[in-house]
Amino acid sequence: MIQTQQLCLKYGTIEVLKDINLTFKSAGITSIIGPNGAGKSSLLSLVCRLQQPTSGTVTLNGEQISRLKSPDLARQLAVLRQENHIVARLTVEDLVCFGRFPYHQGRPKTADMAKIDSVIDFLDLQPFRLRYINELSGGQRQRAFIAMVLAQDTQYLFLDEPLNNLDMKHSVNIMKRLQQAAQVMHKSIIMVMHDINFAACYSDEIIAMKQGRIIYQDCPQMIMQSQMLENIYDMPLKVIELEGRPLCLYYR
Amino acid sequence: MYKFNLWALTLVIVLCVTSLLIGSSSLNFDVASLDLLLISRIPRTAALILAGTSLAVAGVIMQQLARNKFVEPTTTGTVEWATLGMLLMLMFFPQASVFYKLLVACLMSVIGTAIFLLILRKISLRSDFLVPLIGIMYAGVIGAIITFIAYRAELLQSIWVWVQGDFSMILRGRYELLWLAGGLSILAYFTADKLTLAGLGKQVSINLGINYNRVFIWGLILVALITGVSVVNSGVIPFLGLVVPNIVSLLVGDNLRRSLPLVALVGAALVLFCDILARVINYPYEVPIATVMGVVGSCIFLYLLLGNKRYAS
Repeated sequence: MIQTQQLCLKYGTIEVLKDINLTFKSAGITSIIGPNGAGKSSLLSLVCRLQQPTSGTVTLNGEQISRLKSPDLARQLAVLRQENHIVARLTVEDLVCFGRFPYHQGRPKTADMAKIDSVIDFLDLQPFRLRYINELSGGQRQRAFIAMVLAQDTQYLFLDEPLNNLDMKHSVNIMKRLQQAAQVMHKSIIMVMHDINFAACYSDEIIAMKQGRIIYQDCPQMIMQSQMLENIYDMPLKVIELEGRPLCLYYR
Repeated sequence: MYKFNLWALTLVIVLCVTSLLIGSSSLNFDVASLDLLLISRIPRTAALILAGTSLAVAGVIMQQLARNKFVEPTTTGTVEWATLGMLLMLMFFPQASVFYKLLVACLMSVIGTAIFLLILRKISLRSDFLVPLIGIMYAGVIGAIITFIAYRAELLQSIWVWVQGDFSMILRGRYELLWLAGGLSILAYFTADKLTLAGLGKQVSINLGINYNRVFIWGLILVALITGVSVVNSGVIPFLGLVVPNIVSLLVGDNLRRSLPLVALVGAALVLFCDILARVINYPYEVPIATVMGVVGSCIFLYLLLGNKRYAS
């Protein structure tokens, strides 16, 4: 269980995150939604120790993450940020192998190689295995990055807009794979999502943020109501039911 | 990839032998020739290999730290700061031993490189071309300060002669500090994975449990020490740290654990080649290797930029 207590982040006088008290369960898919600038990515950074909060704490199973050793933490939680500008020419295999770094420290053993193999298979990256990531398409590269963090094989996986750059087919594919990982391997996957319908379709829980605060935390059925969503996004939209599932229409 | 290593190694050996055989006096099977070999030719060849290897390694580390393929110690102010250190030593402690000069030069280049990398961190807009431009400007400013001070102290000529890469004065007993640079390159190899990870950025590094700041400082110290040693001992060879990592990157990619040996070998080969050229082009006189390297290096670099479409994208 990951919990945050009174988490705040300020840049000068601008409050990016205000008094965040959250609990992330140790299994299932959680989506974080909200308008641009709501603080979703910042929250992810703080929870994953990429950035220090101005005040407040983050705990993993009751222990403060700032007191845990970073290499140990790397086997408990993994994070993939939105922008992954990489200059280095690394192959997909290299990248995924680095995802195992917390286990092998540069000397991959047979077990690591097996894991790397299975993750590459899992994300259909076998044909690109020895290709350089800077020579791949945006979607293939995104899958390679997801493969890297999946190889890290952590209980908690934080993804910042994982469907970025992916077409419909690959988006659905990735979401199904992530769902599979959450259900079969009992992992907890926490994602920042922009596509509300994807979030509703695959999440066990949705966290809605606005102006640096958590405004709702509930199951998709409760969040997917016109009134709730209009509150979150400040725009007119419509939720209909299609084949027994809520679907949000906001395109016009 | 081992194929490339083997080729490069063969090339280095051939060039080594050539380097040993070339000179104004020819070698025979006698004591005088043996002395010549031991006092001049072998130290020179060793110095070339050590300088070539370590400067290429320093270049590739610098590129990982700056996360940019167009920087190397001569375009990031590192060399200039080491030179400034040398200059101050020449002015105030001309009698100091080489060791102290080295110490000061290295210290200055650590400071100078750190300032450069801090400037980079402060700049949010990180276009690939902005980074080397900032580096060149920064180096230019420090270079101007050196010129000003050296001009006032009437040391202008001696300081630039000292810094410009030249191996014609290398003799036994006057190059051994370069082994330190060679040793640092080997140390770099042992931390190759972490240096590669640092090149993937701070967030990826932290996510994988790496102490990013520690690796960053370690890389910085490696670059600065190698540069410092070179400045004090043999002078610096321009373009080497830029061209070699880029060639190797095209051949085997940037995973340093795999590419670093090849970087070292290609670095050695290129320096040996340029030195041989510098010695025969105006035989029996010599052209400074820095001049030859400037021409050869810029040609290779232009080829890499213009000739390789795959790379340009």
